[in-house]
Amino acid sequence: MNDDAAITDTPEPLLKMTGLRIEGQADEQWNEIVHGVDVVLHRGEVLGLIGESGAGKSTIGLAAMGYARPGCRLSGGDIVFDGVELRSASENYKRDLRGVRIAYVAQSAAAAFNPAHRLIDQFAEAPVHHGVKSRAEAEADAKDLYRQLQLPYPEQIGYRYPHQVSGGQLQRAMTAMAMSCRPDLIIFDEPTTALDVTTQIEVLAAVKDVVKQFNTAAIYITHDLAVVAQMADRIMVLRYGNLVEEGTADQIINHPKEDYTQRLLAVRTYRKPDADPPSEEPLLRIEDVSASYSGSARVLENIDLEIGRQRTVAVVGESGSGKSTLARVITGLLPPEDGRILFEGEALPPALPQRTREKLRRLQMIYQMPDTALNPRQRLRDIIGRPLTFYLGLTGRKREDRVRELLEMIELEPDDFIDRYPTELSGGQKQRVCIARALAAQPDLIICDEVTSALDQLVAEEILKLLQRLQDELHVSYMFITHDLATVRAISDEIVVMLQGRIVEQGTKNDVLTPPHHDYTDLLLSSVPEMEIGWLDRTLAEREGRRSRGEKVLESADQ
Amino acid sequence: MQDALRLLRSSPWSARFGMFVVLFYVFMATFAPVLTPYGESEIVAAEYEPWSSEFLLGTDNLGRDMLTRLIYGARNTIGIALVTTVLAFLIGSVTGFLAATLGGWTDQAISRVVDILMAIPQLIFALLILTIVGTAIPVLVVVIAVLDSTRVFRLARAVAMNIVVMDYVEVARLRGEGLWWIMRRELLPNALPPLVAEFGLRFCFVFLLLSALSFLGLGIQPPTADWGSMVRDNATLITFGDFTPILPAASIALLTVGVNFIVDWFLHQTAGLKDE
Amino acid sequence: MTQILTMVAQRLALGLLTLFVVSLIIFLGVELLPGDLTQAILGQAATEETVAAFRKELKLDLPPHERYIAWLGGILQGDLGHSLANKRAITELMGVRLWNTLFLAFISAVISIPLALGLGILAALYRNTLYDRMVNIFTLSSISFPEFFVAYILILVLAVQLGWFPSISNIGEELGFWERVYRSILPALTLTLVVVAHMMRMTRAAIINLMASPYIEMANLKGLPRARVIVKHALPNALAPIINVVVINLAYLVVGVVIVEVVFVYPGLGQLLIDAVRTRDIPVVQATGLFFAAAYILLNLTADVLSILTNPRLLHPR
Repeated sequence: MNDDAAITDTPEPLLKMTGLRIEGQADEQWNEIVHGVDVVLHRGEVLGLIGESGAGKSTIGLAAMGYARPGCRLSGGDIVFDGVELRSASENYKRDLRGVRIAYVAQSAAAAFNPAHRLIDQFAEAPVHHGVKSRAEAEADAKDLYRQLQLPYPEQIGYRYPHQVSGGQLQRAMTAMAMSCRPDLIIFDEPTTALDVTTQIEVLAAVKDVVKQFNTAAIYITHDLAVVAQMADRIMVLRYGNLVEEGTADQIINHPKEDYTQRLLAVRTYRKPDADPPSEEPLLRIEDVSASYSGSARVLENIDLEIGRQRTVAVVGESGSGKSTLARVITGLLPPEDGRILFEGEALPPALPQRTREKLRRLQMIYQMPDTALNPRQRLRDIIGRPLTFYLGLTGRKREDRVRELLEMIELEPDDFIDRYPTELSGGQKQRVCIARALAAQPDLIICDEVTSALDQLVAEEILKLLQRLQDELHVSYMFITHDLATVRAISDEIVVMLQGRIVEQGTKNDVLTPPHHDYTDLLLSSVPEMEIGWLDRTLAEREGRRSRGEKVLESADQ
Repeated sequence: MQDALRLLRSSPWSARFGMFVVLFYVFMATFAPVLTPYGESEIVAAEYEPWSSEFLLGTDNLGRDMLTRLIYGARNTIGIALVTTVLAFLIGSVTGFLAATLGGWTDQAISRVVDILMAIPQLIFALLILTIVGTAIPVLVVVIAVLDSTRVFRLARAVAMNIVVMDYVEVARLRGEGLWWIMRRELLPNALPPLVAEFGLRFCFVFLLLSALSFLGLGIQPPTADWGSMVRDNATLITFGDFTPILPAASIALLTVGVNFIVDWFLHQTAGLKDE
Repeated sequence: MTQILTMVAQRLALGLLTLFVVSLIIFLGVELLPGDLTQAILGQAATEETVAAFRKELKLDLPPHERYIAWLGGILQGDLGHSLANKRAITELMGVRLWNTLFLAFISAVISIPLALGLGILAALYRNTLYDRMVNIFTLSSISFPEFFVAYILILVLAVQLGWFPSISNIGEELGFWERVYRSILPALTLTLVVVAHMMRMTRAAIINLMASPYIEMANLKGLPRARVIVKHALPNALAPIINVVVINLAYLVVGVVIVEVVFVYPGLGQLLIDAVRTRDIPVVQATGLFFAAAYILLNLTADVLSILTNPRLLHPR
């Protein structure tokens, strides 16, 4: 009797994938990339798939539609959607399912919308083609959905072409398009990864709202645990195509069992200890610098900034804030129009070719993408050895010994690595080599341009710790350019917040991070997802509350 | 070395065929004097002798041995085409790299000149210039090399542009490295695969252009044996149903097919999964 | 809309400028003539008087810029000057031949464009099948052949051995349309074979590139049938690359025509150009060269303009 009740209480799941195996093709060979994963999803449930790159999360998400990208194949297991096995189902059956009962929201909406058609035409295509709605019904429905997703001008925006609409808006228009047939299941494939944080929070809120309203089941794929904590009822942690841990959002976020999950959760907790600001003269001083790219509008206006010895100054801002341009001005790639840059009190020539080799040596740079920052045709010996020869005149035995010393410093075994090419390294190892190359010049200041954003979270944390250790040992200063506030909290002594080419707030870490803030700093800080269930709802309620009390609340520039 | 061998073993039949053809031609060209029964422009019999044991492929319009001229033709036509292509590559890739690395006005100036040179069809341009300056072999080589270097420039510039935006080139610039170092150490090694493939294609193109000019009577001049002019000189035979005059044309076709097969395979290898 | 008009106007201006520079190059070519060119052409035996007459004929006695302006002015008024070889007006020489050449290029284009586009798109859609591999081998071989090789093979087989078509395309105005087509079949077939291979390869590459776009995957994931994905989503974006392929190959036809005309003794402009080059009939070389270059530039210009006009991002600016 009890058993019967249990069966009726848990109805047939909407989607059940058992023993799912997927293979990918590389060098004319098929290698397994997903090794037998089970996924169960009930109606109206939101399942978060989380993992670092190579975890197979996107591939698994697409497999739920019975689809494998070119170069991949579904090689084993069952995919049962609403009682029908999809791997053996006919193409016609799957075609009738896709767009109607299962829909997909891609990571880059800008690329996934066809540039040749209006948004509303692309919206209406699936419902009209599959006979769910008439064209007129579809258009009316599109406008309703646009309104619910809080797109501006919901009546008109559908008649625009994709390239006429901003990234955050496109991502919401794509969610609306996925909703057009009121599917039972939507696959969200990293829908906010390409967006700025202040835009992300708005898209997250809109998505969460419609999914709940129509009781749609969803698979939400992301690499960001804090995001998934806001969206998912249940979370699956994946790594290398295997399941690591599965549980309710509360279990995973608040009581993780596996070591890997715990490490993922701990990623954002690293903090640099506070240090007293130095009293001596700053290493680098930027005085009233303005800059623009030839002929166009100013991208930097009246920047004043100081970086002390052995200090880390974080420059924070979203895309278009001018933070990377600031780095180009300091390095001399883009001579400023106004103002000057002082290095140890001495004016630095504005353009790169005018600077002496000695000046160049003392200022080094590390980049966001270690893949493109290392010449793939040079061995590590030459990559790290070149600055030694160029700046310090080391050759032969001396140079070789110093390269090995530097490799040890960045925790790579010299005998194993010195003869390797960059393509034979992992992402984290490449970034370490970039650090070693910068250190080879024995610089006083290293500009780090988004050095951790292209890396998986665990690897990124290792890099931050390494940079901190090196600062303690070698007393270098860092200028840390980033959009990621977790990184800022972890490593900075001082923070500079930039918006549209201007500095809106600057000060020591504690000054900037504790209220009262500048309005924009406040928006930025409060938009960063926290590793806490209910954070999104709480934050939105707070903003709504302030709005109703008549206080000013800034909105994302992407509106 | 082992990688190269493994790569060779995995090559498709078309690429192997291509390599066989190229090696065969190189052999013929190198040992032409040893392999031929007669002298290059030696008149050995009456005109248009048919095939016989004495003249395996008969004689030509002046009574010279066809086979001998065919083998010498390999030497002359391929040699000149090779020299021309090398010269075109030297000019094209150096200017292309310079334009990409320096950017700005240098790039604009060179690019506009190239645009205009490329706006005139190559064969027509070559005809115009050769009418004026004559058809001595060094002139021919320089004219075609300069015209063809425009295509090399375009490719070298495009490839270099993709490399110049890489952060490792910026690293070298910030380090204070000179132009020459950046072009030689950062650009060249990374631009090599597409340039090598392009070398094959350009060689075919130059080879075909030279043959076309010779066929029109404006390329390599008699008595030097050359496949294009051999076709022209003996074309009358075709109307009598004799396919001997087609042999030199077929020799041209076979070599370009061979080179193209190798290049196609090479491109497939270096592009990885891009085309899949 | 204004943005598009400006871009089109810019291209047109650039095209005109190129044409101007090309005319300058073609004209100044003569200027580069080594001093004794007159003697080289007229032979060592030429008397002082004949040399002077020759120089006057070429207007070499005037300063270069005046000659250039006179020459260009003449062209603009439809006067191309006179042939050195037979003293006839070049306009007269070119008239009929121009139409013959255009006729040949037209027949070749009519056969080759639909054939190449159809087969190229099929090769892209059935990628890596046996058909695709065969296409690859065929086109790769075909682009490697010199035009005269293809031409003589066709003559040997279709004209000499089978006797289906004449090996010499002797066409004149007195012939009826179909008779002219019949006599032009072999040269047209030669051009087609060479151009189709190029066009197929380029079409295939363009379509494959397009089918890899995320919006095509999105269309598939909306459950649209293959035909709809191709017609509705791929085609509007494929227009620009396909137009480009077609026009580039038309331009290629214009050049390929020269050799084919020589092989088949086809009375067209190419034949005229080659004859003039052989006899060093400089005014004729200049006029025909300018015509070929102008046709080539115009075709490339058309490709540029059409690809601007079919680009959705430009058609619907922000």
